Amino acid sequence: MLERRILAPIEALGQYVLLLTKAFQSLSEVRVYRKNLFKQMVAIGIESIPIVALAGLFSGAVLTVQTAYQLESPFIPQSIIGSIVVPSMVLELGAVVTGFILAGRVGARIAAELGTMRVTEQIDALEAMGLNSIGYLIVPRVLAGVFMFPVLYITATGVGIGGGLGVAHYGDFLSAGEFVAGARQFFSPFDPIFGLLKAFVFGFIITSVACYKGYYTGGGAEGVGRSTTEAAVLSCVYILFANLALAVLIL
Amino acid sequence: MIEVRNIDKSFGSLEVLKQVSLTIRDEETLAIIGRSGSGKSVLMKHLMGLITPDRGEVIVDGVDINAVSYGELRQLRRKFGMLFQGGALFDSMSVFDNLAFPLRTFSDLAEEEIRARVEENLKEVQLEGVEDKNPAELSGGMKKRVALARAIALTPQYIIYDEPTSGLDPETSNTINDLISSLSTRSNVTSIVVTHDMHSVLAIADRAAFIHDCDIHWVGTIEEMHAADDPTLNAFVRASEYQIGAPGRTASPYDAN
Ligand SMILES: Nc1ncnc2c1ncn2[C@@H]1O[C@H](COP(=O)(O)OP(=O)(O)OP(=O)(O)O)[C@@H](O)[C@H]1O
Ligand SMILES: [Mg+2]
Repeated sequence: MLERRILAPIEALGQYVLLLTKAFQSLSEVRVYRKNLFKQMVAIGIESIPIVALAGLFSGAVLTVQTAYQLESPFIPQSIIGSIVVPSMVLELGAVVTGFILAGRVGARIAAELGTMRVTEQIDALEAMGLNSIGYLIVPRVLAGVFMFPVLYITATGVGIGGGLGVAHYGDFLSAGEFVAGARQFFSPFDPIFGLLKAFVFGFIITSVACYKGYYTGGGAEGVGRSTTEAAVLSCVYILFANLALAVLIL
Repeated sequence: MIEVRNIDKSFGSLEVLKQVSLTIRDEETLAIIGRSGSGKSVLMKHLMGLITPDRGEVIVDGVDINAVSYGELRQLRRKFGMLFQGGALFDSMSVFDNLAFPLRTFSDLAEEEIRARVEENLKEVQLEGVEDKNPAELSGGMKKRVALARAIALTPQYIIYDEPTSGLDPETSNTINDLISSLSTRSNVTSIVVTHDMHSVLAIADRAAFIHDCDIHWVGTIEEMHAADDPTLNAFVRASEYQIGAPGRTASPYDAN
């Protein structure tokens, strides 16, 4: 029993790595996947823009109001609010908020889609035709994830900073000019690169974990439900770990 | 020719196939009969490597399909067309795209030719005007027929039909049986038909294999089946015979015996 507990996750990791290896070995058949890639980029990327923008907007606005509240003192220049809000969005919130929202929206969707295809034998049907089902289904989804997450990150961060600026200005915390000046004062060009890297990694984690869970779904509608939940929960957990690991390793 | 040699297959503690051997001859039409849950679909999936046996071999045209590389296996699978029991239509695509999918992926046909082929295929299974529907909008029997049309789109050498007529009304069943018969008379076409429907067996098959107790319990020609004195086979056939005699069914040779 204990042995199973220890071995099962290692086995799962092995299966996951093997699945991705098989998927990317078939990258050469890109002609077959191209149309699918475009479809996935729309489904994963474009269709996520509204929710990600909304989440970014509110994060930026709330962060600004709360920072202003915490720093309410005559001895601190109010522009410091801009110096805190903007790097926080760029370094942390833009990527993490995008990641969490998309773990639910994209991760669950991919796992449910592939899980249903598995239990209704659609994956068998692809294989039966002589297609590489792993390549055909997984490559476009993971590629769409790593291409589109940075775009979504930029959206969330941009809108978030805009939201912070708007609240600062119209909520009478500090003027837009001060906000921007504060942001510029401590701006480091490495910050957005780090944020993009995070988004890239999160995009990979969410889509690949969801593909893995979905592709190996067993046991009917209940199995699909289980895979879907696990995909969303596990990708959130892995995002938390990856976030810490990236910060420790790179910053 | 497909040779199944001594395959065993279990799912966990459930033994489904034990020491199963079966030879499927070129250009024949072989019916696979047996009770629900006896392992007919599992055996069919072994024929094209969708399930790997625990032990034993499956030899297709001299090639052990579980010993070759994945690339070679995929090439081999192109010789097959399979109608899955549940249809297995791609539900993210329209009926038209489902049928066009194998043509677009594996042939160089232009889009207009594909459209013509798809319409022709649909007509063969007596469906028209459903091209733009989604599989979810079709009835069970319509799905089955679309799936059948997709399975034969690339004119495969081996056609596996997993219960082609289940869930169809008798008249449509007859049409599908006729279609299977006419496809099977094309040169170099081998058909394997899994069915519960003894009427289909009599209408289309040259030989029948009866799966019982994890094994091919009996195999022989249809004439031999009439004369067989195997109690288990006879009980199975008699149970179906009763259905054949039921109202709405056409008469079978058994009625005369
Ligand atoms: N992927 C699987 N995992 C576990 N058990 C399975 C799997 N596929 C089939 N089985 C089991 O194997 C047995 C045979 O199944 P199979 O689908 O081959 O039956 P069948 O003869 O086709 O029945 P039917 O006529 O109802 O379609 C069943 O008991 C089924 O529960
Ligand atoms: Mg079956």
